[in-house]
Amino acid sequence: MAQRTAARPAEEAAPRRGLLRGTGTRAAGLWVLLVVAVAVCALSISVGTRPIGLGTVWHALLDASTPGDETVIVRQLRVPRTLLGVLAGLALGASGALMQGHTRNPLGDPGLLGVTAGAAFAVVLSISLLGLRTPSAYIWPALAGALLASIAVFAIGSAGRGGATPVSLALAGSALTYLMFALVQSITIRESTTLDAYRFWIVGALAGRDASVVAQVAPFVVVGLVLAVVNAPALNLLGLGEDVARGLGQRVWLARVVGLAALTLLAGAATAACGPIAFVGLVVPHVARALTGPDHRWLIPASALLGVIALLLADVLGRVVARPGELQVGIVLAVVGTPFFIALVRRRRLVQL
Amino acid sequence: MTLAAPTRSPGSRARPRRTLRLGPVSTTYRRRSLVVPVLVLLLLVLVAALSLGRGDYPISVPEVLGALVGAGDGTARFIVLELRAPRIAVAVLVGLALGISGALIQTFARNPLASPDVLGVTGGAAIGAVGVIVLGGSGTTAAGVLGGIGLPAAALLGGLVMAGLIFGLAWQAGIDGYRLVLVGVGLSAMAQAVVSYLLTRSALFDAAAANVWLAGSLNGRGWAQALPLALALLVLLPAALAMTRVLNVLQFGDETARALGVRVPLAQLAVVLVAVGLAAFAVSAAGPIQFVALVVPQIAVRLTGGSRPPLLTSGLLGALLLTASDLVARTVLPDTFPVGVVTAVVGAPYLLWLLVRGRRRSTL
Repeated sequence: MAQRTAARPAEEAAPRRGLLRGTGTRAAGLWVLLVVAVAVCALSISVGTRPIGLGTVWHALLDASTPGDETVIVRQLRVPRTLLGVLAGLALGASGALMQGHTRNPLGDPGLLGVTAGAAFAVVLSISLLGLRTPSAYIWPALAGALLASIAVFAIGSAGRGGATPVSLALAGSALTYLMFALVQSITIRESTTLDAYRFWIVGALAGRDASVVAQVAPFVVVGLVLAVVNAPALNLLGLGEDVARGLGQRVWLARVVGLAALTLLAGAATAACGPIAFVGLVVPHVARALTGPDHRWLIPASALLGVIALLLADVLGRVVARPGELQVGIVLAVVGTPFFIALVRRRRLVQL
Repeated sequence: MTLAAPTRSPGSRARPRRTLRLGPVSTTYRRRSLVVPVLVLLLLVLVAALSLGRGDYPISVPEVLGALVGAGDGTARFIVLELRAPRIAVAVLVGLALGISGALIQTFARNPLASPDVLGVTGGAAIGAVGVIVLGGSGTTAAGVLGGIGLPAAALLGGLVMAGLIFGLAWQAGIDGYRLVLVGVGLSAMAQAVVSYLLTRSALFDAAAANVWLAGSLNGRGWAQALPLALALLVLLPAALAMTRVLNVLQFGDETARALGVRVPLAQLAVVLVAVGLAAFAVSAAGPIQFVALVVPQIAVRLTGGSRPPLLTSGLLGALLLTASDLVARTVLPDTFPVGVVTAVVGAPYLLWLLVRGRRRSTL
């Protein structure tokens, strides 16, 4: 309650607002996003190399003993893939909003804290040293690499006399990112078999992951989402500047730690599962901000739902355009998402951070 | 507009400015901003001289000096004049160009994370170069055309086209730094996706060659790369240095700059053009050695203690970093390691160390 009233000045101080104003409209907006997300899930289960009607999908979902190949395809391929897309979309959308909020930088993408680079480095090591070859096998090394890298970034960024300012964190993150990718390159340049496996991981895809990946990633995403929602009111205060936030009774370091923990868990889990598709996390919060305005209590859920919609739509599109093969979701996201993003940037003045 | 987190505490870093008077002319300067570039320049000369003599075929100092003036035996002269000198020249020029380009863009965008990548130079160049490498062997007409103009030209063209595209898409009766950066980030992500896609669709041998180019390498670079770069710098370097005063004003924001009499759109156009030109020539010569443009200006501003990345010091520091990294790559490391890997491995820990022990600064 105290936090709710304290968050008021953030709204009043915000120079620009989104399309949706007022609690009722914004809640309705979230419901619409949720419905769209569910519809896109249905689309993702139905569309593919072998199209399956929604009726058949429904039966296969309700009853595992329904005869036919469709049941197997739906239950063992399409549903796990869609669930993975949902988890990754939620995670990247929310973590992108958190990252941009904490760094107050429109370039803040979840990869900025070294998450992507740490995961990539761990993946390359596990290919090179352990001989792993499938995306499902990389998941634990990738998660460990992502978490370790962002802990290192946080330790370095907060070690200076000024403490963990957003800029020192972002700089430490990009320095470590370059270091890791240099090490990745130093390995892939010398071992072409490692490069061969790595180049298919680095594009980012939902395909080829076991059903077990969903269960492995889910706990991290759930904990991360809870922390993200908890962090939202404090993030509004931090947006006024650390001194003002402190004056209003916010424990700044606590808010930073909670936010960074959430963001690391979310981005780390998504990257470990799907490879680096951080573009979602970079673009989606800008779209969400155009809808809800800069209040993080609305922005984070909207951004998470938009993340799901964008990721699954891109995945479906990738399955349709290159039949009988498919384009990886990371490529589709970037190629389709960019014109959309630029149109958005040009059409109206973006709601600023 | 908040791009970085400007929680600047006024006067916390202010260093005393000294006055210099020469007859009727007077100016102010900070001692550090004069001492640091001179020291960096001295180090650069030292490292370059060392680099001339070191390598698979060590040459003594007198022999190097002899070769430089045209004396000495043929082998030493060939190695010094035809192999090492041009390569070092490319390293110095690329470092200068990238360092200054990064300083320009970071000041213009008021964002410590901005670099020529944001303006699409790197992404466009990568599409051009990787396209030539990957499609070059397949014998189609498009590949023939691309292969005909050569790798550096394709990279230069790709970088300039992409930068032009970004600038055009971001233009709306003037340029807003925020919008330019966002458009650039979007298109750069697209370029990266295209490159990743090309890599998954190519033969493994081509992918490996592209991977080396993408790391940024000075292997096999000679006078053919050094000369165009030198000509470009001859034009762009004075242009960049001439902008010092405008940049000093631009860093306070567009409105303040306008009030102080700067024609803002014109100044912005000039800054971006010079920065893009510098980066595009550098990348076409040596591949995207991205770390230099991003981090060197940040290191330079921490060394000199000014309010924005200093142009000349950033350039000299970039040249030093690249030359030293190339020396390490040629002499210490096995094989012929791409210099881009070494710059990151050398530069990143240094930036991290500066961050850890550095005094408080939370602005650009």
